[in-house]
Amino acid sequence: MTATRPSARSGVDRPAGPSPLRRLLPGAPAAAGPRGSTLLRHLAGAVLAGTLVVLLTNQLAPYQNLQVARVCAFLCVTAGYTVLVGLNGQLSLGHGALMATGAYTVALVQRAFDERGVQGRWILPLSLLAALAATALAGLVIGLAAARLRGPYLAGVTLAVATLVPAISTIFTGVFNGEQGLRFPAETPPAVLGAYFQPERWLAWIALLAALLTVLLLANLVRSRFGRSLRAVRDDEVAARLAGIHVARTQVLAFVVSAGCAGLGGGVYAVLTATVAPGKFPLELSLFLLMAIVIGGLGSLAGAVWGAVLLVALQDLPSLLTETFSLPSGLAQRLEGNLALAVFGLILIVVMLAAPGGLHGAARTLVARLRTRRRAPEH
Amino acid sequence: MDRFLFLTFGGLSTGAVYAAFALALVLIWRAARVVNFAQGAMAVATAYVGYAVASATGSYWVGLGAAVLAGLLLGALVERVLMRFVGHANPLNEVIVALGLVLLIQAVLGMVFGNGYRPAAAPFDTDALTLGGVAALSPYDLWVLGAVLVVVVLLALLFTRTPIGLRMRAAAFAPEVSRLLGVDVSRMLTLGWALAAAVGALAGMLVVPTGLGLHPHAMDLVFVVAFTAAVVGGLDSPAGAVVGGLLVGLILSYVTGYLGPDTTPLAVLVLLLAVLLVRPGGLFSSARARHV
Amino acid sequence: MTGVLEVEAVSAGYGPVPVLRDVTFAVPAGTIAAVLGANGAGKTTLLRTLSGLLRPAGGRVRFDGADLRGVRVERLVRRGLAHVPEGRGVVAELTVEENLRLGGLWRSDRADARRAQDEVYELFPALARRRRHAGHQLSGGERQMLALGRALIARPRLLLLDEPSLGLAPKVTAQIMALLRRLCDDRGLTVLLVEQNVRSALSVADQGVVMSLGRVVTAAPAARLRDDDQLRHAYLGF
Repeated sequence: MTATRPSARSGVDRPAGPSPLRRLLPGAPAAAGPRGSTLLRHLAGAVLAGTLVVLLTNQLAPYQNLQVARVCAFLCVTAGYTVLVGLNGQLSLGHGALMATGAYTVALVQRAFDERGVQGRWILPLSLLAALAATALAGLVIGLAAARLRGPYLAGVTLAVATLVPAISTIFTGVFNGEQGLRFPAETPPAVLGAYFQPERWLAWIALLAALLTVLLLANLVRSRFGRSLRAVRDDEVAARLAGIHVARTQVLAFVVSAGCAGLGGGVYAVLTATVAPGKFPLELSLFLLMAIVIGGLGSLAGAVWGAVLLVALQDLPSLLTETFSLPSGLAQRLEGNLALAVFGLILIVVMLAAPGGLHGAARTLVARLRTRRRAPEH
Repeated sequence: MDRFLFLTFGGLSTGAVYAAFALALVLIWRAARVVNFAQGAMAVATAYVGYAVASATGSYWVGLGAAVLAGLLLGALVERVLMRFVGHANPLNEVIVALGLVLLIQAVLGMVFGNGYRPAAAPFDTDALTLGGVAALSPYDLWVLGAVLVVVVLLALLFTRTPIGLRMRAAAFAPEVSRLLGVDVSRMLTLGWALAAAVGALAGMLVVPTGLGLHPHAMDLVFVVAFTAAVVGGLDSPAGAVVGGLLVGLILSYVTGYLGPDTTPLAVLVLLLAVLLVRPGGLFSSARARHV
Repeated sequence: MTGVLEVEAVSAGYGPVPVLRDVTFAVPAGTIAAVLGANGAGKTTLLRTLSGLLRPAGGRVRFDGADLRGVRVERLVRRGLAHVPEGRGVVAELTVEENLRLGGLWRSDRADARRAQDEVYELFPALARRRRHAGHQLSGGERQMLALGRALIARPRLLLLDEPSLGLAPKVTAQIMALLRRLCDDRGLTVLLVEQNVRSALSVADQGVVMSLGRVVTAAPAARLRDDDQLRHAYLGF
C-alpha cells in the first residue's frame, strides 16, 4: 500500500489504491508486468527448480528417489486442487477418485498396447495424455453438476463420487479386475543413459517433468484474466456476474482444469509402481489431499508444494517411529497407518482453527500485524 | 412378489436408520448451518463405546444408554472445543474441520481398538419371521423401526411442546433477536450438537449389527446415504429427513436386491444428483418461508 | 441519579473505522427520547451498542446507575432493558403465539408472563386473531405490533425501538406513537426511539437527540426542536 501522509486522517480521505478496478478484484497482483514477462519469470523459476531437483536426484538412494517421484506426482494433484478449492471456492472431495480415473486410464492404455505387442517410448506420454483427457472429461461432467451446487452440497456429491471407486472396479470386473487391480509394463530408463542408470531416478525425472509442466501452466493461469475471474466468482458471484464474468462457465472450467491435473498426477502415480488397485484410492486419499492444500494455504501454489512434500513425508512417519523406538509389534501394527491419519486430521483441524490461511497466510498476517502496530502511534 | 415384499420390509428397516441419521444432520444444519461431515465418524466412535460397555456389562441396553450418553457428550465437546472457534470468513471452513475430525476419530479408534472388525451382537434375532409364507421383518427390524419412531416422536414433542424446544428453534432461525429476548443462543447451539450426536449415536448402534459390522470405517457409506436422505427431504426439514430416509432406504433395498450390492454407491450418487439438480431444496423444503 | 439511561462518551464501530464518536446524553426515567438524524448518522449502531450487540470501543453506558459493560446481551432483558431491532425482529418461522411466548420464556413468574401475553392480545386485537399464523404471513403493521408486544411481555423499564414507523401507514404509526406515550405516562416506561420520521417522533418525544456522522450535535427538549425554526433547519432539514 502507499504510505499515508502524516497529515491525512485515517480511512476517509486516504488516497485511493492503484485503480478502482484493481481493488474490485481481490488478490490481484499489485504490479504485474506484461504477460510475456510473467511467463518468462515462471519459466525461469521452473527451469531453476527442475535443475536443482535433477541434481538432487543424482545424489539420492533408490527409495529416496521414489519419494521425490511421489512428491511430484502428488504435486500435480495438489496444485490443481488448490486452484479449485482455494481460488474458486469449490470444495471437491472427489479428487482421490479423479486420481484413480487417471491411474486406471494409464493402466488400460498401456495394457492395450502391451497386449498387441506394441512397444515404444511414446506410449508413456500418450497414456498420460489419455489420462489427462479422460479425467478432464470426468471433471467436465462433475463440474457441470457442480456449477449448480454450493458449499456443503458440492462436498457431499463429490464425497459420494469418492466412495464409487471400489464399487465401479467391482461392477466392471472384466475391465478393472476388481480388488486385484491391474498391472502394466514397468517404465525403464532409456538405453542412452547407460545400463546401470537407477530406474527410480528415471521415474523421479518423469514425475518431475509432469509436476513442473503442471505448476508452470497453473501459475500462468492464476495470473491471467481467467485467474481473476476464478477469485471474483469465489468472493461474490453476483458481483462477478455484474462484472460480465460467466459464472457457471468459470466454475466448470476450473473443475475441468483441476480434474485434468488430478488425472495426470494419478497417472504418474500409477506409473511409479506399474500397478493400479482400488485400495490405493480410498476415501481418505481425498482427505489427505485436502490436508495437503490446507496446510500450505488454500489457493497458494507454493503451499501446494509444501503440502505434497508433507503428504509423502508424514506417511512414512509411523514406520520411522516403529524403527527408531522398536515398539512392541502389537502397538506398532496399530500405529501403522493410523498415526499418519491422526496427524493429518489434527493438522487439518489445528490449521483451520489457528491459521486458516495456512502457513504462508499465517506468515503474511504476522507481517501485516507488525506493520499496523508500527503505524498505530500516528493517531 | 415375495421378494418384492421382503425387500420392501428390509428397506423400511434400514430406511429407519438412515432417517435417524439424516435427522441428526438436519438438527445440526438447522442449529448451526453446518453439514456435519463428521457425523458418521462420531457415530462409529459412540458405537464402539456402546458395544464395549455392552460386552463388559453383558447388557445391550446398558451399552445403548452408554452410546447415547457418549453421543451427547461428544456432540457438546465438538461444538464447544472445535466448531465454536472456526472462522466464518469462508463457508468451507467448518466442512474442512469436520473432515479433519473424521480422520482423527478413525485414527484414534484404529489405534485403540485395532482396524479389524469387532463383535457387535444384536439384542434380537435378525432372521426374518415368515408371515403367511412371506419372509417379512425380523424381530431386530421391528426393534429398529420402533426405536426410531420413539426418537422421532420425542424430538417432535421436544421442539413443538417445550420451552427449551422453542428456544432452540428461535436461536436457530434468528440468533440475534433470540439473544435480545434472553435466549442463551450459544448454549442452544451446544445443546443442538449434543442432541444431534446422540441421535446419531442411536442410529450407529442400530445399524452396526445389520451386516455392517463394527470397524472404524463402518459409517463411510452410511454417512453418504444419510446425507442423500437429508438432501432428498431438504436439509431444513426434520419431517423431510424422516421421509427421505425411508424413501432412500426403500430405493437402495430394491437396487441392492435386484441389481446386486455393488451398485449401491452408484445408485446413491445418481439419486443425490437427481434430487439436487431437479429440486435443490429437497422435496419438503421450507425455502419459501425463509425468503420472506 | 439523573435518569434511567446514561450514555457517556461512547464510541463504537465495525472494524477500525469508528461509527460512533464520543456520544453523550441521558434519558430521564419515564420519558421518551427520540434519536434523529440522516441515514448513516449512527442511530442503529447506537442502539446496538446500548444493548450490547456491539462492544463499545470506549465510554460507558449506565442503566439505573449500573454499568452495562461486560453484561451479556441475553442477560440485559432480565435487567429490564428491551430492544426491538430494525426490521422488526419477528421470527418469521414461528407463529405469533410462539413469538410472544418466546418473549416471556426467561421469566420465572410464569403466571405474569401469561398475563402479559393476554394484555398484548388486548392491546393489539389484530394479533389475537392471527395467533396461529407464522410470522412471515403477517403484514408490516402486524409485525411491528408483534415485535413491540413481545418486548412488552418482558415488562421492561427501558425500551429501545429502532425505526418502528418504517414502512407503516401513517395511521398505524400514529397509533403506535400514542401507545408509547401512554406506556410512559401510565407505567413509567423509558423509551429511546430511533426514527427517520422526524415529525411523528417529535410529536410524542420529550427530548430529541440529533446525531450526525456519529456524533451528537444537539440534545434538546422536543418542543424546542419542533418550534425553533433555526434548530430545525440546521439539523433536521425541514
